[in-house]
Amino acid sequence: MRKTLFATTAALALAAVSAQAQEVKIGILLGFTGPLESLVANMAPGARLAIKEINDSGAFSLGSLVTVDGNTGCVDAPLATASAERLVTADHVSGIVGGDCSGVTGAAFQNVARPNGVVMISPSATSPALSTVETDGYFFRTSPSDARQGIVMAENILDRGIKTVAVTYTNNDYGKGLADSFAAAYGERGGTVTINAAHEDGKADYSAEVGALAAAGGDALVIAGYIGQGGSGILRASLDSGAFDTFVFPDGMVGDELETSFGPEITGSFGQNPASAGEGAGVFHGMATAAGFNGTSPFAGESYDAAALIVLAMQAAGSIDPKVYKDKVLEVANGPGERILPGELGKALEILKGGGDIDYDGASGVELVNEREAAGSYREIEFVDGKLSVVRFR
Amino acid sequence: MEGTLNALVVLANYVVIPATAYGAQLALGALGVTLVFGILRFSNFAHGDSMAFGAAVTILTVWALQAAGVSIYPLPTALLALPVGIAATAVLMILTDRAVYRFYRRQKANPIILVIVSIGVMFIMNGLVRFVIGTEDIRFDDGARFIVDVRGFKAATGLAEGLAIRSAQVTTLVTAVAFVAALFWFLNRTRTGKSMRAFSDNEDLALLSGIDPERVVAVTWIITAALATTAGVLYGLDKSFWPTTYFQLLLPIFAAAVVGGLGSPLGAIAGGFLVAFSEVAVTYAFRRAAGHVMPEAWMPEGLVQLLSTDYKFAVSFMILVVVLLFRPTGLFRGTAS
Repeated sequence: MRKTLFATTAALALAAVSAQAQEVKIGILLGFTGPLESLVANMAPGARLAIKEINDSGAFSLGSLVTVDGNTGCVDAPLATASAERLVTADHVSGIVGGDCSGVTGAAFQNVARPNGVVMISPSATSPALSTVETDGYFFRTSPSDARQGIVMAENILDRGIKTVAVTYTNNDYGKGLADSFAAAYGERGGTVTINAAHEDGKADYSAEVGALAAAGGDALVIAGYIGQGGSGILRASLDSGAFDTFVFPDGMVGDELETSFGPEITGSFGQNPASAGEGAGVFHGMATAAGFNGTSPFAGESYDAAALIVLAMQAAGSIDPKVYKDKVLEVANGPGERILPGELGKALEILKGGGDIDYDGASGVELVNEREAAGSYREIEFVDGKLSVVRFR
Repeated sequence: MEGTLNALVVLANYVVIPATAYGAQLALGALGVTLVFGILRFSNFAHGDSMAFGAAVTILTVWALQAAGVSIYPLPTALLALPVGIAATAVLMILTDRAVYRFYRRQKANPIILVIVSIGVMFIMNGLVRFVIGTEDIRFDDGARFIVDVRGFKAATGLAEGLAIRSAQVTTLVTAVAFVAALFWFLNRTRTGKSMRAFSDNEDLALLSGIDPERVVAVTWIITAALATTAGVLYGLDKSFWPTTYFQLLLPIFAAAVVGGLGSPLGAIAGGFLVAFSEVAVTYAFRRAAGHVMPEAWMPEGLVQLLSTDYKFAVSFMILVVVLLFRPTGLFRGTAS
């Protein structure tokens, strides 16, 4: 009796294995800990949502998709490199959604993904430096370069009649890149930057930094930092000492925490983060709410798009080999072909299977320029009575 | 006249008030270091993480109290929870002493060995704190935030510059003064305090006159725990609680203790304020204050800042080096370090 049972179990197990299609692994390399963890809480579900949608549709013909997580710590390049190494060599992922912060993304890509020939699509790395690095065609991002955000922010500030600002940035690739591109754009358009000073993340006390910023003066303070880190510290110290009344928040600072921790104190402050006004954003928001996360959180939609692009390119190329499908990423992203919104991934896969063409628009209105990155549309936000409200799109 | 007033307000707001609160926190920390050095005769590198541990236990108690609906508004609940934190830290310190330090003390180990041992203890405590409360940034100041706020001050005085005094800063100062007064009373007036000072002055003579060394050691650890926990909680109230920052505090605390003269309690307090004021004043940009008193034409182009704020920690180093070179016994003639 026992023998029979064993035999049956073994046979069943065997059947299960053979019935299961080939597993295609997709890495999700994001900062599950670290300064951006509050945003990653909505980014990782965004990427998983796309994978789940594809698996549920059953239209992906190259296997069933599985996601594997890797942590970057956002600012910890050795950790990010080690995580990427594990994803590529131990888990054998066919593509990576990530990384999140610019510095670690560059490190993971140059040290691991590029030498091993794995495609990386970052949803949130925005440093201008990534626009010019050698990629061999393996690197893309669904977020725009901060060179563009610098210009948008400069126009946003000048449109409000603010002619002088102080700038503080987090001392890394993201902060420095954004602060420099902003200072250049603002200067060209007739604004004056009184001071452009760095701050270090991970300190308890920012009163000295704020003292220096206050001494330089300015009608507003631009905080090119992270909401979960030094950015909050600078904001808190500025409010406490009355150094500035108006603040400008670029993408790293726009998060739920601004509303919950500061709320009414920052009424009148404003900012912008990459987001699209398109139809896709609304559809995605509905899907995210149904799945239990916040779809309007920065880079959540971009994460969905990054995951979707990888799988769509695989389908278009008929291969899960990054060396083959990397050439199809731009094709599915930019069209021409049938326009694809979030929730239509199954349809897109069917079209590609039938040899047709698609133009993936997704949650963030994907349109890749410079052969790698999003063109960039930004959402202008403002705090009215302690609540974040969207003014318009630029 | 109004210009001078404005300049004074700016200085008070950005230099005097923050540095005074910071100085009080450093002074409490340095007192703990100096006490251990005076009586147990080694530099305790685990002091920063003892502060973190005490603060962590206090925060857990604050949460428990908040959940139970206990509040002493407008004062922060942390003050109520402080004794629990002190008790837990005292137990931890005495256990550490029994398990680790006593072994080396019995062997009459060289002080440098005890220093290295304390570094080991530091790493363990560091891990323990993260294990207990996590690595997140925690704010636990639930009292009234301001005593004087910027808008209120401007409206009341009509000056162009604002002044903010946070309740955490005042709490820090008042608590620190009360603690230091109690400590000095204890050391100078009570029998146990006197036996501690005797032990510190000459261990052999103290033993001959019948002082129980283990009791002196235990009392020292309890007082150190009280000082460390209070310093840790006050620092956390004023800024925010983050386990790693307490490790960073070690340098200014040691600088303060050395400047004052290791083993000298009065020196530790003076050293704390000296280091705090140097750190803030050296990295402060005086342009805005100068703007109120100087004629427009004389206004400097730059920020009138001696050092960029990135070099804040270097100030402690500089003070340490200068003191060790020119006056190794410190301002108050403590032990040569």
